[in-house]
Amino acid sequence: MPMDTIIQTKNLSYSYNTTQKPAEENAVAIDGIDLEIETGSFVAILGHNGSGKSTLAKHFNAILLPSGGKVYVDNMDTSDEKLTLSIRGKVGMVFQNPDNQIVANVVEDDVAFGPENMGVPSEEIRRRVDGALKAVGMYDYREHAPHLLSGGQKQRVAIAGIIAMRPRCIVLDEPTAMLDPVGRAEVIRTIHDLNKNENITVILITHHMNETIDADRLIVMSDGKILLDGKPQAVFAHVDILKDAGLAVPETTMLIYELRKNGMHLPMEALSVEECAQSIFSLLSDSRACKAPEHHIKD
Amino acid sequence: MLRDITLGQFFPGKTLIHNLDPRTKLIFTVIYFVALFISGSFVSYAIILVFLSVCITISHIRLKVIMKGMKPLLIIIVMTSILNLFYTKGEPIVSFWIIKLTYEGIRNALFMILRIFLLITGTFLLTYTTSPMQLTDGLESLLSPLKKIKVPVHELSMMMSIALRFIPTLIEETDKIMSAQKARGADFETGNLIQKAKAMLPLLIPLFISAFRRADELAVAMECRCYHGGAGRTKLKRLVMKNRDFLALMAGAVLFGITLLFNSLGI
Repeated sequence: MPMDTIIQTKNLSYSYNTTQKPAEENAVAIDGIDLEIETGSFVAILGHNGSGKSTLAKHFNAILLPSGGKVYVDNMDTSDEKLTLSIRGKVGMVFQNPDNQIVANVVEDDVAFGPENMGVPSEEIRRRVDGALKAVGMYDYREHAPHLLSGGQKQRVAIAGIIAMRPRCIVLDEPTAMLDPVGRAEVIRTIHDLNKNENITVILITHHMNETIDADRLIVMSDGKILLDGKPQAVFAHVDILKDAGLAVPETTMLIYELRKNGMHLPMEALSVEECAQSIFSLLSDSRACKAPEHHIKD
Repeated sequence: MLRDITLGQFFPGKTLIHNLDPRTKLIFTVIYFVALFISGSFVSYAIILVFLSVCITISHIRLKVIMKGMKPLLIIIVMTSILNLFYTKGEPIVSFWIIKLTYEGIRNALFMILRIFLLITGTFLLTYTTSPMQLTDGLESLLSPLKKIKVPVHELSMMMSIALRFIPTLIEETDKIMSAQKARGADFETGNLIQKAKAMLPLLIPLFISAFRRADELAVAMECRCYHGGAGRTKLKRLVMKNRDFLALMAGAVLFGITLLFNSLGI
């Protein structure tokens, strides 16, 4: 995997202007963030409501401009207005509510919206639309009306609308928050496929722990600052810090954490249900092997 | 109940009429309307009727559908024909009390029925065979010369297509809000007109607030997809005039000519 950086923030801060209050009391959403996102990686950003994660995401494609510090996308400064369009062509964004991002009456027309805005020639748009719809598994629905699709399907159309622009990075701002479990699984699978097959950098913003397990990197935000940053396994090991930030850890981690507190030697890295079950199983069979006589006496 | 609303209903198909360029159909409809309004003889109406029947047959639109669409307009047709029937001056055929039936009255009434019928059926044919998106695209393209005098044609057509796109979404939302308010004891059915209008407030206010929120989110999503107005924009489906479009326009011109001819002959 190439190690170059697609998005870089330097001491980024942002505060929402609240005219009612004096200037020093302005709500600080982001407070001095230094971050580098590697090309091709799958990064999850986790945080509870109001932690600044969505605000941070909106800086990645110049929807919001920093109050302080800088954001660079592919070495382009987002505060330079002349570069706004090329930045948005590089970093696409998918939002929470699929209904409010679909512009057109027909699926394929909607997917074409981005490339149309970028002035791509018609034949090339056709190729991109077909490719994008196939990539998210919605090609068979290309002539459907979006309002007849399920939530997960609509969100996949929205994702196709972004990939048709051929961005290098997709930022997804809680894309599964309004979906049922089936739709949620569809969307998560789709973005993982895109990350692997098309080598698109994915930044997934979420408050569902379970969606972050398979990420290459997990960033936990709280009060506009980065609280933890690292591999998901390493991050989830800090159960106490996560709890203080008002975040629930995955059930598997919680289970292992509690068992460890009670003196059982389990590895913190087991995140998936299978891994967790495997590690508990092997521990139990080990202990049974040595402690079998003890059990016998107790009975 | 709200799902029954049909606005410019469109029946997808692959017939010649469906495949015509929307601009052709729009221009054709205008020619057709003018021909309808200038024609003043049964023969010219008959020709237009025959022509329309042929178009309907080609488009595979069933007569039942057209008749169903005509139903709400029946009152208007009846009213105008009655007015024409009794209020046209001329030679009385039957005279009873203050009611006078004249030959001209009957003729005018029949013309009026035919005219309204043909007018509406023609419009139906346009909207049944052309998707709203195609119509907006066609209008945008036809009106594009107005851009020179600073008419925001692209913006208007974008607004129109977004409005069309959000109709089903907002209907769904209205249904939801209605159920939610009913669950809280709101009563939308009983009372006189003023009470009913007042009862709509708890429906309309949340609907408006949500529509504004949607508009805001949509605007951000459109910006994210590089939307920056009509300048430098390309299209997935470019409108291209083909041979059949020129043929159709020619047919329109012929129809117009024939109507003019019979009109001047006064048959």
